[in-house]
Amino acid sequence: MKSLIERVSTKYNLQEVVQQRDNLVFAYVDKELAIDMVTYMRDYEGYAHFTLMSCVDWIEDGKFQLLYLLNNPETKTEFGIKVAIDRDNAVMQSAHHLWEQIWTYQRELKEAFGIDFPGSPRVDEDFVVEGWDDMPHMRRDFDTNKYAEETYFMREGRKSYDPATYMREKLYPKQPVTAKKNKDEQ
Amino acid sequence: MSNKFFQPDRSKYPSMKDDGTLDVDLSSQKYTKIWLGPNHPGVTGNMAVEMTLGGDEIVQAKTHVGYLHRGFEKLIERRLFVQGFPTSIRMCVAEPDTNEYLIARSTEELSGLTDRVPEMAEWLRTLALEMARLQGLLRGVPGQAGTYSLGIGVQWGVYLRDLILDRFEELTGARVYHMYIIPGGVRGLLPSGFKRRMEDNLTDIDDFIVRIRKLIFHNSVFKSRAVGSAVIPKEWIDKFGIVGTNARASGVKRDVRKDNPYLKYSELDFDPPTATDGDVYSRTWVRWQELVQTVDLIRQIMAKMPEKGDIRGDMPNALHWKIPKGETYVKLESGRGEYGMYYVTDGSSKPRRVNLRGPSYTHAIAVLEKMLINTNIADVHATMVSLQTCPPEIER
Amino acid sequence: MNELLKKAEANASTKEEKSFVRPEDEEREVIAPDGSIIKVNPIYDYFSGEKPSVEKPNKGVVEKFLNWARAESIWVLGFGTGCGSIEIPPLMTPRFDAFRFGVQMRPTPRQSNAFIISGYLSVKTLKRVIRSYEQMPSPKYVIALGSCTINGGMYYDSYSTINRLDKYMPVDVYIAGCMPRPEALLAGFVKLKEIIKSGKGEGANLYAENFDEYKANQKKVIKDWNMPDYNW
Repeated sequence: MKSLIERVSTKYNLQEVVQQRDNLVFAYVDKELAIDMVTYMRDYEGYAHFTLMSCVDWIEDGKFQLLYLLNNPETKTEFGIKVAIDRDNAVMQSAHHLWEQIWTYQRELKEAFGIDFPGSPRVDEDFVVEGWDDMPHMRRDFDTNKYAEETYFMREGRKSYDPATYMREKLYPKQPVTAKKNKDEQ
Repeated sequence: MSNKFFQPDRSKYPSMKDDGTLDVDLSSQKYTKIWLGPNHPGVTGNMAVEMTLGGDEIVQAKTHVGYLHRGFEKLIERRLFVQGFPTSIRMCVAEPDTNEYLIARSTEELSGLTDRVPEMAEWLRTLALEMARLQGLLRGVPGQAGTYSLGIGVQWGVYLRDLILDRFEELTGARVYHMYIIPGGVRGLLPSGFKRRMEDNLTDIDDFIVRIRKLIFHNSVFKSRAVGSAVIPKEWIDKFGIVGTNARASGVKRDVRKDNPYLKYSELDFDPPTATDGDVYSRTWVRWQELVQTVDLIRQIMAKMPEKGDIRGDMPNALHWKIPKGETYVKLESGRGEYGMYYVTDGSSKPRRVNLRGPSYTHAIAVLEKMLINTNIADVHATMVSLQTCPPEIER
Repeated sequence: MNELLKKAEANASTKEEKSFVRPEDEEREVIAPDGSIIKVNPIYDYFSGEKPSVEKPNKGVVEKFLNWARAESIWVLGFGTGCGSIEIPPLMTPRFDAFRFGVQMRPTPRQSNAFIISGYLSVKTLKRVIRSYEQMPSPKYVIALGSCTINGGMYYDSYSTINRLDKYMPVDVYIAGCMPRPEALLAGFVKLKEIIKSGKGEGANLYAENFDEYKANQKKVIKDWNMPDYNW
């Protein structure tokens, strides 16, 4: 694995290489070189099995992080090629010519995140939602709770609790509830 | 006809346009467009196949999914790590325990606490996963015969599956959604007498295995329809990303349990079955062999596992659990193939992104659409079941 | 206050409403082969805007006899809409054997009189469910399975699934749980029989009476009413 990383690093200028496990590596590569590198990994390094294409929305950096996860059936290792693309102008080169199932992923990402893949077959068709007129539903700034409250009918009497506050009140009922709130809770 | 010796005249078939789509003029009355599903008792789960037919042969097929979309990946981003747990296991109903393991393992790995899972818990996890595989196969193997109207096998299989669900109920307290494998270990030890009752059920299943073999593989209708039908050539495996039993039936030995052993699979003695033809018959045959193997694996696990031991390691307080920034991809071999989860954390108390990779994602869309072309409309259902498509894991 | 209202109105009018109506589905006039002009409105037909008629129940012993017959032959539409459908095969096999209650699965809505909504309903499925429900002959009954049909269950905050089924179609029996056991389903069938026999299973009439309200609710979530295209 180490020699592979060194070999590819010199070729493709990998950044932030993280070896998560013995058989799993994640690394960033430049957007322009990404599809080139995926092709290289498939044809010359034996990463012939395409496992997953995914996206993470790093809204605070204004970036989408695309992931191409490749698997080498010979060495039983996995290589995750990550690409950062601009959130406002989310366009990525299509890779549908490399594996037959990639257009499905690209179609899903187009719908869920609004990332465009020009030239990918059937990329504009609906994938899982039908008649959707809000922003792409997997983006971080889409508030699903608010959408559900506005669109669907909540049944009266249903309550939801913040688990930490609820347990504190249940276990220590005598202590006054302080205003201290978990920062991550909203 | 789906016989490999019978090759119909294809010269009158529609030609391809430059953009790869078929040149089908629906107003010419030569072609019929019909939809199979979502309201169709023969469809696996709740999905639809849009088919254009010339006569009774399919010239174009499109899979439509999304009827079971619940937005899990979005919902989990709003929940604490432990809260996300009951939500995530409902991602796929066919083998819910696989989801439990994936999410437990991802959170353990990202917080660096994998060492804290006790050995006993690992054995119990292996047992739960194999039991889940067994109950899935008990539906799957006779279900394949059911697609050719051999309904009696389904009746046997569903009854025996119920017995396994009874054992699950004894072990975990629930029939279908168990919530047994949790971060740090499992929720309970084996109840007393569990092994004896399990052995009773396995004996029944042994009996069933012999009978189902006679019922399915010695049946001339099944043979004449399944042999040579819906073939996956060996070259397709990497091209389409085919995994699991579907790949093994085409002669490519892909099994995560062997390739990247997890839990206690390295200590168990098994060899994933393979076949060479890649048609419906070999896929069913591989699955039948897997059924035999799973019964054997459960016996091995019950014999090798220790009697007592810790079942839960120390884990952080679930209400204030924060996981440092990181990402991982964890996978296992489910009854349908490689089943994985891409898990990203950002240092807060909620996951940043969870992406499930189900084998049906490729099998039910890219492969199925390609495979249905030029098959008979009567074989569509059998093709879908033989690929073990499970729509909830496509759309989540 | 008025200014604010005006501002909101102005904003609302500028907000673009995305239309999902395909050009071939728009309301238009077509010339028939004999030269007459016909108005067609495909979306109105897909949406089944025509109000169903209310069938008043018969009186006395006739209705009692009919209700007995209806209660003893509950034919369920085999449409697995959610994960609850995995408990249907055990129900239909010898261990639980729902056939002894007169329950049978049917492949098409035209033959069935009961609809099991087996769990969560995404909006995409809801559209198909409503269409199937409207195709079923009256009297028809709806059994809602699982917590997600009652109040959304664990998908209460999901953008894709509805929360309350009874806002979109009348529900006769709820079976709580996630997921409900086959025994609970059997108990639900027994309960449904009681309801039918006591003459309270008037779901289809309820739907016809409150048709506008149900349709308004359905229209609120289902924006794309286009139907799959057939060429025959």
